[in-house]
Amino acid sequence: MYTETQIIKDTTQFSSNGHEGELVINVGPQHPATHGVLHLVITLNGETIKKVEPHLGYIHRSIEKMCESLTYRQFIYVTSRMDYLSAHMNNHACAMTVEKGLQIEVPPRAQYIRVIMDELTRIASHELWWGAMAMDLGAFTPFFYAFRERETINDIMEETCGARLTMNYMVPGGVMADIHPLFQQKVKDFIKLFKSKIDEYDELVTGNIIFQNRMKGVGLLSKEDAISYGCSGPVARGSGVSCDIRKLYPYEVYDKVAFDEVLENEGDSFARYMVRVREMHQSIRIIEQLIDNIPEGDFQAKTKAVLKLPKGEFYTRVETARGELGVYIVSEGGTTPYRIKFRSPGFSNLSALDHMARGSKIGDLMAMMGTLDLVIPDIDR
Amino acid sequence: MTKDELKESIIIALPTAVFDETGEWLNVQVEATEWKAMAQWLRNSMLQMDYLFCLTCIDWKTHLTVVYHLTSTSHRIPIVIKIKLDRQQPQVETVSDIWRTAEFHEREVFELFGVQFLHHPDLRRLILTDDFEGFPLRKDFEDPVNMVKL
Repeated sequence: MYTETQIIKDTTQFSSNGHEGELVINVGPQHPATHGVLHLVITLNGETIKKVEPHLGYIHRSIEKMCESLTYRQFIYVTSRMDYLSAHMNNHACAMTVEKGLQIEVPPRAQYIRVIMDELTRIASHELWWGAMAMDLGAFTPFFYAFRERETINDIMEETCGARLTMNYMVPGGVMADIHPLFQQKVKDFIKLFKSKIDEYDELVTGNIIFQNRMKGVGLLSKEDAISYGCSGPVARGSGVSCDIRKLYPYEVYDKVAFDEVLENEGDSFARYMVRVREMHQSIRIIEQLIDNIPEGDFQAKTKAVLKLPKGEFYTRVETARGELGVYIVSEGGTTPYRIKFRSPGFSNLSALDHMARGSKIGDLMAMMGTLDLVIPDIDR
Repeated sequence: MTKDELKESIIIALPTAVFDETGEWLNVQVEATEWKAMAQWLRNSMLQMDYLFCLTCIDWKTHLTVVYHLTSTSHRIPIVIKIKLDRQQPQVETVSDIWRTAEFHEREVFELFGVQFLHHPDLRRLILTDDFEGFPLRKDFEDPVNMVKL
């Protein structure tokens, strides 16, 4: 592997207004710390960041255009490939939009399964973020710790959904198949295991003074800016903005379970870190309340073979691991959407990076980017 | 605040607005020339629409419609603003100075639909390559090589 952090002496080549003493460096598109093909053009003055310009599109597949020629049953499969760490939530948002349009009542069993799956995905996503985040800052061990527990979730997913990453499990009307006979037991085993391990995470990383020094006071984002930049999810909640869709606009059975919306007010990288770590505890709490109470019954409502959404516009929001995912379908009454828009959380969160990074040191950039939890296919779509 | 109260206050501020209440949220059709003043009013008046959560465009073959989804972090009643634009020369004032997130979203709409956002601070391509021709999300866009039609 090689990095393409190359120094370009001619500042006018990439900078729109090159000034004396300024240096432009490229981070990416192939860079280990961007975790995907993100290209950042950074203008530096000495070590101080003057400007960060994201260049996107290296993995743009134009999913929105593709969906215009896919039916309401087919398009859900493409969305697993957007934010691949929140595949269940993406499928969930799409299924809910179709259900909203057709007024399909989802059986309680499917609702419970969906929420359990969402929360398991959230834990898996946050674990991968936690490991990768620590690795960005130079600590390799946490990555293996995180993956050890994440594997257990992947195994559970594989048994029930038949896939480990792009699940395509939630379909209009419910879920694709019933849960595996061992699902409940395995989830309970996982919770037991995870509870014994999550304190290790704090011992290993959270309480580490070197880690805290690198995170505290870095990448400050005020509450007003977080709102203005359209941030959502843990990024906004780290700045004290209450924006958890699960609390504000409860869907499925989120209004029946007790959990707290995690808020931190500092607005720095450490606050965003703490939000995600604390969210893992909340997800465990949600799963514990549901896992023994999955009602009997159908796992999928009866739907027509060909789905036709009535003429009109439908917008649904769900809380993915990265924030608010909005699915906006404009229907002309046919079997395919006329226009579909995915409001992806990563796209808006990334837009705040330039504002956060200005005036900081280049060495702190990875500590900021890490806590934005960027998934590039989610930004590019 | 309720949806009706929202509607009433908009009628007072902008008598020319056209409403559509068939959907889940209040839809307001605004003229492109009136949008900027309206946007400032939405943000700063008692409505406090401070959160722009979605900005996109729809190609209706005869015209383009730019769609803004706004909400407030205090009362949380969403509103949908729609602006009809000429397909040949789509132009609308930017709102990136009011909602900072619009800067990115407008760039995306600019290159995928060809909408010009006037007075945008940095209206450059964000996703496509520099030599890309056409506006991919428009309905008449054809690409026989890369586009698979089912």
